[in-house]
Amino acid sequence: MKQKSKQIFEKVIHGFFLILGLITVGLVLLITVYLVVSGIPGIVNIGFFDFIFGKQWASTAAEPSFGILPFILTSIYGTAGALVVGVPVGFFTAVYLAKFAKSRTKELVGAAVSLLAGIPSVVYGLVGMMVLVPGIRKVFGLPDGASLLAAMIVLAVMILPSIIKVSLTALEAVPREYEDASLALGATPVETCFRVSVPAAKSGIAAAVVLGVGRAIGEAMAVIMVSGNAPNMPSLFQSVRFLTTAVSSEMSYATTGSLQSQALFSIALVLFFFILLINAALNYFLKRSREG
Amino acid sequence: MDKPLSKRRRAYIALMRALMTLSFLITAALAVFMVAYVLAKGLPSITWELLSTKPSYLEDRIGILPDILNTIYIVIATLAVVLPLGVGAAIYLTEYARNKRVVAMIEYAAETLSGIPSIIYGFVGMLFFCTYFGLGTSIMAGALTLVIMNLPTVMRTTQESLKTVPQSYREGAFGLGAGRWRVIRTVVLPGCVDGIITGCILSVGRILGESAALLYTAGFAHVLHGFFEGLGSAGATLTVAMYVYAKEDGEFQVAFAIASILMLLTVLVNLSATLVAKYYKKRRNI
Repeated sequence: MKQKSKQIFEKVIHGFFLILGLITVGLVLLITVYLVVSGIPGIVNIGFFDFIFGKQWASTAAEPSFGILPFILTSIYGTAGALVVGVPVGFFTAVYLAKFAKSRTKELVGAAVSLLAGIPSVVYGLVGMMVLVPGIRKVFGLPDGASLLAAMIVLAVMILPSIIKVSLTALEAVPREYEDASLALGATPVETCFRVSVPAAKSGIAAAVVLGVGRAIGEAMAVIMVSGNAPNMPSLFQSVRFLTTAVSSEMSYATTGSLQSQALFSIALVLFFFILLINAALNYFLKRSREG
Repeated sequence: MDKPLSKRRRAYIALMRALMTLSFLITAALAVFMVAYVLAKGLPSITWELLSTKPSYLEDRIGILPDILNTIYIVIATLAVVLPLGVGAAIYLTEYARNKRVVAMIEYAAETLSGIPSIIYGFVGMLFFCTYFGLGTSIMAGALTLVIMNLPTVMRTTQESLKTVPQSYREGAFGLGAGRWRVIRTVVLPGCVDGIITGCILSVGRILGESAALLYTAGFAHVLHGFFEGLGSAGATLTVAMYVYAKEDGEFQVAFAIASILMLLTVLVNLSATLVAKYYKKRRNI
């Protein structure tokens, strides 16, 4: 009898933990369903092509138009720009830290990189607002420095820590024998590093870049502070609006149920779609790098 | 015997070395610049009055005490919910789950969650907790949104430390006739304390730095409240307050003061994470 009640007790506990385990799955489903259900009406009402490929966003005009091509392109250009600046710096820093730095330097710079990763995005935004934006205005003689360029630079700084950390892990996992073989054949340490270690870690480094893409495309607060936030088609020295900032900048004053708020929901869905693509790519590269 | 390297090879090596040094210096300089600039701009503006009062239009004064309290409330509320959920999920994955498919599904879900940007969390949190559940714009709604964001972190750190609890400990306890729950309670849980602490520290770091997910869930009011009253009302955390002061109000001095506090807290969080890891690593080796 006692044995039986103990068994039931264990079963109940098991079920309890099973529910806790499945909560994450439930949450992902919930978020997906919510975004899809609330995002579809806007796309349907505006029309898929007018929405995705419309070049004009004038949500509060007398005859409103809801084209989000400027936001999509700005997000893509902004991310690309951040990668052009951030990836080389992050990559070479990671290689240096993994293969050439003394352990003391490595520890110090490692701490600095963690610190950069931990700094809140609004602090980056603030520094960008106070240093970068006036700087760009002066250097290029513009009326206002809040621009796509400023956003690209801030994003480049913000993705730097992720790129360094993930590449570093990948480079450190390269088997010592590969490098020894290369050194024994007469290659110098630098050649060994770039011709043997880096190719061996390429999946991990690719994962680092994809992670950076995800960070950059999802960043909202820092970008809203330095990009000026006008819904223009992207141009380096103009005020622009990203997908993320398009969601947040009108959310506070859109009336519930209006076409404007439906359109904002649809923008969130488009952003989510991009993120899912990036996540899939990230998983692909991470899996490949684990398999060696 | 040693033939000098060809010109091309020497040029290649020099170029790569130069690029590495340059990048390394840029990274180091960025970190130093961020810390030095923010602290230099912000620390001088931190006064006792700023820290200990609430904003008042009558006296033309800005105080951040409500924001400090809100931050503490939201940290407590988030951790109180996310810890049981995250630790429980990790225990399920390492101690109970036998079906590989279920494990893969849960892990994939956790990875997906950690890849979703915070603005999307804020958006879903607003629709779900504020509107659907009728919590309104409140600290509680913000905390629940942050729970979803931090769940993968707590899960992962706990899971990693659970994996380091030797299988023989569990087998020993089973051999003595303990049931699975008893083994978890007396053997497994004490063994993963470091993972739980690390998860806590990382979550606190993320909560401190979060703004996009909180702006439309917890709002940006600066009103003094007690804990339970505070949970039900709107309130800005330090980070959100910094954003509002800088972007909407143009109060850059206050913004820098808050930014320097956040910077110090970030340093503290990173430091304690490192120390905890070191402490437990040492204890494990003995």
